[in-house]
Amino acid sequence: MRNYKNVIAAYSIMIFLIILVGIFQSWSIALTILNYCLISAVMTIGANIQWGYAGLINFGIMGYTALGGLAVVLVSVEPVKKAWQVGGLNILACIWIIVAIIFVVKFVLNRFDKSKLRNYSVASVILGGIILLRVTAAPGIEAIESVDPAKTGFLGGMGLPVLFSWIFGALLAGALAFVIGKIALGLRADYLAIATLLIAEIIVSIIKHEEWLARGVKNVIGLKRPAPYEIDLQTSEWFINLVTKFNSSKLNLINSIFDKQEALNQMVIDASSVYVKLCFTGLFLTVVIFLLIVTQKALYSPWGRKMRAIRDNEEAASAMGKNIVKEHLLIFILGSAIVGLAGAMMVTNDGLFTPGSYRPMRYTFVIWVMVIVGGTGNNFGAILGGFVVWFLWVEAAPIALFLINLFTSHLPETNAVRVHLIESAPYFRFLVIGIGLLLIMRYRPQGIIPEKIIKQ
Amino acid sequence: MDFLNAIIVLFNFTVIPALAYGSQLALGAIFVTLIYAVLRFANFATGDMMSFGTMFAVILTYYFQSLGIGLGVLPTALLTIPFAILMMILYMLIIDKFVFSYYRIKKSPPVQFAMVSVGVMFVTQALIRIIIGPSDRRFLDGEKFIIKAAEFKEMTGLTEGITLKSTQAITIIVTLIVVSIMFWFLNRTKTGTSMRAYSDNEDLALLSGIDPKRVVLITWVIAGILATIGGVLYGLDKSYRPFVYFNNMLPIFAAAIVGGIGNPFGAFLGGYVIAFAEIFVTYAYKRFISYLLPEHLEPDSLLQLLSTDYKFAVSFSILVIVLLIRPSGIFKGKVI
Repeated sequence: MRNYKNVIAAYSIMIFLIILVGIFQSWSIALTILNYCLISAVMTIGANIQWGYAGLINFGIMGYTALGGLAVVLVSVEPVKKAWQVGGLNILACIWIIVAIIFVVKFVLNRFDKSKLRNYSVASVILGGIILLRVTAAPGIEAIESVDPAKTGFLGGMGLPVLFSWIFGALLAGALAFVIGKIALGLRADYLAIATLLIAEIIVSIIKHEEWLARGVKNVIGLKRPAPYEIDLQTSEWFINLVTKFNSSKLNLINSIFDKQEALNQMVIDASSVYVKLCFTGLFLTVVIFLLIVTQKALYSPWGRKMRAIRDNEEAASAMGKNIVKEHLLIFILGSAIVGLAGAMMVTNDGLFTPGSYRPMRYTFVIWVMVIVGGTGNNFGAILGGFVVWFLWVEAAPIALFLINLFTSHLPETNAVRVHLIESAPYFRFLVIGIGLLLIMRYRPQGIIPEKIIKQ
Repeated sequence: MDFLNAIIVLFNFTVIPALAYGSQLALGAIFVTLIYAVLRFANFATGDMMSFGTMFAVILTYYFQSLGIGLGVLPTALLTIPFAILMMILYMLIIDKFVFSYYRIKKSPPVQFAMVSVGVMFVTQALIRIIIGPSDRRFLDGEKFIIKAAEFKEMTGLTEGITLKSTQAITIIVTLIVVSIMFWFLNRTKTGTSMRAYSDNEDLALLSGIDPKRVVLITWVIAGILATIGGVLYGLDKSYRPFVYFNNMLPIFAAAIVGGIGNPFGAFLGGYVIAFAEIFVTYAYKRFISYLLPEHLEPDSLLQLLSTDYKFAVSFSILVIVLLIRPSGIFKGKVI
């Protein structure tokens, strides 16, 4: 138990901080932060599997997150029948063309020896395929996007319950990781970082601009929820009774019936938002605990030891007969699938899909900071990193505002420096995260909770 | 006549913008490649460092304008570049002293350097946004055009015109001057040779009496010059927006790798390769073709290979292809 002392201490401090937010700001904000902390924790578990277990650097986290989000739209939104009627055939034809291109390219690559002729023929097949795709898709896309463009203008999804999309998001991200892994995993570390960063950018730009798929930058709003809606709760009797029960002492202090009703209404509204967020917290917590158990088991299994051996010395592991290429690909897929799951969870939590909001700063680099700060190679550390960094990311602005007001209180309200600083308070989060990362890298490179290797 | 018109269309809408954009990328790519060759890491703070230098130029431009100092037809920003470069070099040296030098002495792996540069990226971005804010700023003054389309048409009697913005001409000329001086410095002077020696083999360079501190210092000085000039030229041509500079880092990386990372000349050409590819693939050829073909064959569609939304995606795809087929880049950079 002594070994876990620092882990327990670190987590208690974190929970205490969130409770402080609940007391000083509001419980609704505290739960929002907690939910995002849990989602970040899932992402960091995914990134930690790749970086901490196997030493693979993946700067493409944003791409998998976006793909997970796309899965929510594809699974849970009701299909737009009219769009399928006018353009569905073209899109299906396009899918077949893509499959055909892949098979032809594969056939050419397998059948002929390496030569200039082969390269040219592959290039011409791909180019011809793209032109064919555009010709087939153009009328279909135009027809789909003109179906009630203000509301739909896309194919819609499958109309299934939203929780299926979490699995589907993971599968989608895993499939993409398979393709990218096949292409890029042979590269040296910093090249891999750049390549994955750029590929993620391509994926997001496709999601942004292919409006027939998920409305692109026009966003999809009002996605399904695995939790009840606030409006329904506010009108249901059992919920009002529950709130009355919880706050009976407060309500009894109010004498006038009218005031009492007013107060109760306000309480019900507040409580409904907290209740919905608690539902999400429960779901997310289940996922995090499940993943934690699985990854922890994997880390201390023979498989985990093999991954560590490959990470620490590729040549030696290869000499021992481990297939490094295969293992790297597997771990790349697993980690990316978990990130995809997190992306789906996040979109479910928000209830809207906004491709324009996927930026590498927020979805790649911040996640990486989480992994490095928390502790690479240690799942408890990675999750803690998710909590700490997300907490700082959200709370840096209010804290900075407070400090600015404190230090400039002797200046008049209209002082130019003061006004400027107060306006730029939101940007202090970058400063806090950046300096935090630099300090950790310098003075505690193994992270807050370092990797623990159990010797057997 | 129609043939001339077709050429003019192509020249006006693809070649001139691609040359200007390519020059801006080339400066950034040489910056990336130099840092990679001498200090041996991929600098993820590239875009934000360029933005940091440009920020000083923007602030000083506003200051000079308020004082009434200007260059007449040329933009005031050109006058502010030397001061901005000084500030930029100072910032880079401070960062190097407090952040990078520790890892250099420890001989950390390149991945660790890359992560540290991510930290620097965050800090630089924060400083920029706190100092100047995230909004869009234009700081171009002086004459806007060298050749206007209408004047050109009048002069030549063609139906298509050429527009040459002064910023485009300035970008191309300044880039050529800066890059030639830099290549002269790298190849012909003793300091440049010592830098190349240090980049090729650190231990051997140390043995032959090259002072590593001096090499690092000079690398940051050159990097500061390149970053600031590249950033200011881009800002003059388009506009200054911190977020855009971060995004520009990606095609710059693509240019550096396509040209062969660690090879400055490759990076220089890589910038143009990326720029031309981006613009040629996303250009709608309808007007060009309609001049060449007889009237009844005129195409209905735009004849655009990819929509302009995928501008960045084109350069990234080129990068992926190059990495797959020839990972050392078109012009043989460092072996990976």
